Amino acid sequence: MTAAIRVGSRQLLLVVLCVLSLYPLWFMLDTALKSPQQYALNPTGLASHPTFVNFQSVFSQWPFLTWVRNSLVATVVSVGVATVVAMMAAYAIVFSRGRGRELFVRTNIALMAIPPVALLVPMYTLMVQLHLINQLPAVIIFYCGLLVPFSVFFFVNFFREIPFELVEAARMDGASPSRVLVRVILPISGASTFTLVIVNAIFVWNELLIALVFLQANGSRTLMAGLALYQGRYVTNEPLLMAAAFLSVVPLGVLYVFGQRFFVRGLTAGIGK
Amino acid sequence: MSVGTTMAHVHAESIPTPRPARRRRARWPVAYVAPAVIALGVTFGYSFVEVVRYSFYAGSLGALTYVGGANYTAIFQDPQFTHSLLDNLKLLITVPVITLLALGVALVINTGLRGWRAYRAIIFLPYILPATAMGLAFSYLLQGGGVLDSLLRDAGMSFLIHDWLGSPSWVLFSIGGVIVWQQLGFGVVVFSAALLNVPAEIIEAARLDGAGWWRIQVSVMVPYIKRIIEFFVILEAIAALSSVFTYVYVLTGAGPAYSSSVMEFYIYQNGFENGAIGVASAAAVVLLAIASALIAIFLWVRTRASKDRA
Repeated sequence: MTAAIRVGSRQLLLVVLCVLSLYPLWFMLDTALKSPQQYALNPTGLASHPTFVNFQSVFSQWPFLTWVRNSLVATVVSVGVATVVAMMAAYAIVFSRGRGRELFVRTNIALMAIPPVALLVPMYTLMVQLHLINQLPAVIIFYCGLLVPFSVFFFVNFFREIPFELVEAARMDGASPSRVLVRVILPISGASTFTLVIVNAIFVWNELLIALVFLQANGSRTLMAGLALYQGRYVTNEPLLMAAAFLSVVPLGVLYVFGQRFFVRGLTAGIGK
Repeated sequence: MSVGTTMAHVHAESIPTPRPARRRRARWPVAYVAPAVIALGVTFGYSFVEVVRYSFYAGSLGALTYVGGANYTAIFQDPQFTHSLLDNLKLLITVPVITLLALGVALVINTGLRGWRAYRAIIFLPYILPATAMGLAFSYLLQGGGVLDSLLRDAGMSFLIHDWLGSPSWVLFSIGGVIVWQQLGFGVVVFSAALLNVPAEIIEAARLDGAGWWRIQVSVMVPYIKRIIEFFVILEAIAALSSVFTYVYVLTGAGPAYSSSVMEFYIYQNGFENGAIGVASAAAVVLLAIASALIAIFLWVRTRASKDRA
C-alpha cells in the first residue's frame, strides 16, 4: 500500500511538471484560435468557436513569410559555414602534431562562455563600416563567429574518440589530408554532425539581441526580431500575437518530435567532457 | 592561437616520401585551422580590443573624443548600472533553485517509473523553445489581472493575486520563474543521464547496509555525480549573467521604473537607444571581467574533473 502511494505520488509529480511544461504552448494555441472578444471574455477556457483568422492575418497583414525566410537563410548559412570551419579546425587539431593545439582548444572552451552582448558595440561599428547594417550578412558573420567555439569543442571531443590508426592507415596509403577527411572521417561523423547542426540551428533561430540591433528594416528582420517588434504594435491583440508566436515555435516542435535524441545529446554535450 | 608547423610523424618518417608531399603535409594543419582562427579573430579578438578602446571614448561613432576613465566613473555612479548589476546577481538565485529541483526530479525519474522517457522528453521541451515567443505567452499569463491571476481567483487563492510583471517587488521573481521554467528540463536531462552511470554494485552495497531510499539518494547517488553538478552550476551561472536579455526585453522592457534591468539590457540601451557607445563599452568591459572570473572557475572545474577520470 505504501509502495503504491509512493509510486503514485512520483507519477503525480511528473505529470504536474509535464502539464506546467506544456501549458504555455497550449495557451498559445488556444488563444490563437479565439477572436479578441472571445479572449477578453474567457482567456483561459477552451476556444469554443475555433477560428483560423488569426493565422491568416499573420500571413496577410505581417511580413511574416519574409521574416521566416530571413531566419531560414541566416540559420542555414551561418550554421553551415561554422560547421565546416569548425570541422576542419578540429580535424587538424586532433589528427596532427604541433605546438599550440591544446591552447587552441582551451581558447575555444573559454570563448564558449563569453556574453555576446559584450561584443555588440564593436561588431556593430564593424558592420557600419562594411555597409552591412540591415542586411542578413551582418548577423550571419556574427553568428558564425559565435558558433565556432562550441563547434570546435564538440568536434574535438568527437574526433578524439576515433582511433588514430584509422587515419594513419589511410595516410600510409597515400591519402591527402583532405581525402582522409572526406573519405574516412566524414562517413562516420553523420550523426554527430547532425547533432551539432541542431544545437547551432536552435541558437540562431532563437537569437534575439543581435538580430534586433543589426536588422532594423522590416524586410531584413528575422522571425524573433520581428515578433519582438510587433509585440509593441499589437500588444492588445493577444490572439494575433499568439498565432504568430505559435507558428515560430512549430518548426522546432516538429524537429523535436522526430529527432529528440539529437537535441538531448547535443545540448548536453558541453557538460562533463 | 596558431598551430605549430612541425609535423614529425613517427610513422611518416619511417616511410620514404617524396619531398614536396612531405612539405605539404607539414603545412596543411595551419591551412585547416586558419578559417576558424580568422572567425574567432574577427568576432572575439577584434571586438575585445575595440570594446576596451571605445570604453575610453565619448560621443557617437565618427565623432569620438578621448575621456580617459570617465565612462567607468560614470557607470559606477549611475544607479541604473548598479541596479542592473544587482539584478543579475539576484537572478543567480535561480541557479540553486534549478539545480535542486532538477536533481530531485532526476532522482525520481531514475527510479524507473513507467513512462519516464516520455516524461523526460516533455520536461526537456521548454529548453529548446525560443525565449522570445515563450516570453510573449508569459507576458499574457503573468500580467496583472491576466491568466495566472484569474486562475488563482478561481482557485480561491485571491490573496496570491499580484501584478506579477508590473510590481517592482515581484517582477524579478516572475522573470526568475520563467527562467526556471525554461532551464529545468536541461538539468533533469543532464542529471538523469549521469545517474544512469552510478554502478549498481555500490547502490546494492548501501542497501545491504540497511540504507533506505532517501539515504541512498543523498549519500550515494548525489555524491557520485557531484562533478556533473559542479559543471551544471557554473554553466547556469554563466547563463544567468549572459543570456537573460530576451526575457527582460520581452517580459518587461526592464520596467517598471527600471526595476528589472540586467547588464545586457543596460549595454543594449546605452549603446543602441541612447547612442552612448562609450558608456555601453565600459559596462561591457565590466561584464567581460565578471565573465572571465566565471570562465576561470569553469576551466578549473574541467581540469579537476579530467584529473579525476585519469
